[in-house]
Amino acid sequence: MKKYNQMRAMLSIAKASFRSTTRSPSAVVFTLAFPLIFILVFGFIGNSGGVRVHIAVDNTSDTLNAIYKILDNNPAVKLYADSDSEIYRALKKGDLDAIAHIEKQDSGYVVKVATSDIAVQNGQLFKGIIKQIISELNLAAMPNIALPFSMEDQPVIHGREYKTIDFILPGQLGFSLLSTGVFGTAFVFLNLRQTLVIKRFFATPIKRPFIVLGEAMSRIVFGLIGASFILTLGHFAFGFTMIHGIATFLTMMSLCALGLIIFMGFGFVVSGLAKNESAVPPLANLITLPQFLLSGTFFSITNFPDWLQPICKLLPLTFLNDAMRKVSFEGAGFIDIWKDLGALGIWGIIVYALATKLFRWE
Amino acid sequence: MVGSNEIIKVQNLMKQYGDFTAVNGISFNVYEGEIFGLLGPNGAGKTTTLEIIETLREKSGGEVWVDGKSVDDDPNEIKKIIGVQLQAAGYYPSLNLTELLSLFSGLYNVDIDKMKSLKSVGLEDKAKSKYKELSGGQKQRFSIATTLINNPKIVFLDEPTTGLDPQARRNLWDLIRGIRDNGTTVVITTHYMDEAEQLCDRVGIMEAGKIMTLNTPDALIDELLATGFTKQKDVKGANLEDVFINLTGHEWRDD
Repeated sequence: MKKYNQMRAMLSIAKASFRSTTRSPSAVVFTLAFPLIFILVFGFIGNSGGVRVHIAVDNTSDTLNAIYKILDNNPAVKLYADSDSEIYRALKKGDLDAIAHIEKQDSGYVVKVATSDIAVQNGQLFKGIIKQIISELNLAAMPNIALPFSMEDQPVIHGREYKTIDFILPGQLGFSLLSTGVFGTAFVFLNLRQTLVIKRFFATPIKRPFIVLGEAMSRIVFGLIGASFILTLGHFAFGFTMIHGIATFLTMMSLCALGLIIFMGFGFVVSGLAKNESAVPPLANLITLPQFLLSGTFFSITNFPDWLQPICKLLPLTFLNDAMRKVSFEGAGFIDIWKDLGALGIWGIIVYALATKLFRWE
Repeated sequence: MVGSNEIIKVQNLMKQYGDFTAVNGISFNVYEGEIFGLLGPNGAGKTTTLEIIETLREKSGGEVWVDGKSVDDDPNEIKKIIGVQLQAAGYYPSLNLTELLSLFSGLYNVDIDKMKSLKSVGLEDKAKSKYKELSGGQKQRFSIATTLINNPKIVFLDEPTTGLDPQARRNLWDLIRGIRDNGTTVVITTHYMDEAEQLCDRVGIMEAGKIMTLNTPDALIDELLATGFTKQKDVKGANLEDVFINLTGHEWRDD
């Protein structure tokens, strides 16, 4: 008699489970439709607006100098012109990030920057831009001093355009993986228990861990197909940045797989805790909703109050979102995001330790 | 037809759930090639007994051997040579029958002719139907098809005809007899005495976790008559079910 092959049995479960998943409307909605709707909405809203600092130069400023010209040509800076009372009102409302006053003095030009406490970050960013421009101009103005570095014709601020989609897509992708992982896994095992599918499996020679592996495999494949679809559509339809092309895509997919495996662990925990089907959604929402709101899915967690940020920064979805943004936009590799990966790894260990304790077969 | 080979041996089997004793020290043997019926009212312990033999449930005491293998030592070897039909569903509802047969041929590590398998239970027209779209009788027939995939030595059928119409029941009986005639031992539970009388070579009657009696249906009836028992009403040469079948035919229905 041929030796029984657990792998073959496992793969047949994976295949059957995958087929079953693709026919489940809720799985398709969670994995594809929700993130796509958000991406479509933000893709259209956000296409015009990259991250820019909004600046006005007041009416009494000298505009015939080099600083003004450089600012005017900088794509990261949008210059507005209006009456002085209007621009100060705009600064107070946060419509402007800073107001510059450029003054010609005996010794040279002085730039006075007014910022508001509403837009602290962009105000600082603008001050940084000004400082760089000034230091470059100063260097250029000293032709007689031999300097080891030359900075002559370098444009000051490059600033790759950071589009809304570059922020939104990784967040949505991360959230889609979270809901697929948690809801999908929790419901699937509960359903298998209730419909006795798992009991029928027990009556065959497959060993129990291979049943779980087979089911898990189908969820991972399904989740990754969803992820690749979101990434591809985001890239071609909305100009989502994947800086090193296919290499970035593959790194992103590996991150997705890692995230999905960890989130599925939460699903196993929920499935172990829930007594019946109606107990799943509250438990699953308890895990997904806070992360949806606090993990920088829609807006950066720097917008949250100081006391909340440390909590935000500990959530697994935050680490995944951060890692995905670094990879896609900054072109980071696995080594550059080792901290995020390590944190995700720790989450994985905690969650699976809990899941193995709570998992019930019947 | 029935050999004297004991393919299942059960000795002093006990099963307790807390204080409740579901199976209370029963012993019986099943011979190779017979249809063995386990009868009894709900809660008598039939399903528990069956699931312990199928290695799906742990026992509290006693010994069980299936084809010479103890359920304690060799559960996985036993699973390879038995086919199990559970009382309730047990299939991905949204998969079609061909896909489900692929799944089970993988689970049993055997290659099968799926159409032939479906044909053996009269479901060849339903190859592309989803499991959830089948009628009760069709579900039971499909379930039996999956129990035969690994060409088992023994099949266990837990109340396979409950909820079926008379046609579906009769056709399931033919199917079960066919399985026995191919040399497979059948262990079946049922609530219907006419079914047990028609179908089973031997029956054991369970009540409150014990086997009250065990013999061929004929011998059990003779034993009862020997005590002086008489039926209150004279039995006619036919009954209402005969009338029903005579009027509505034998064909399988897509009920």
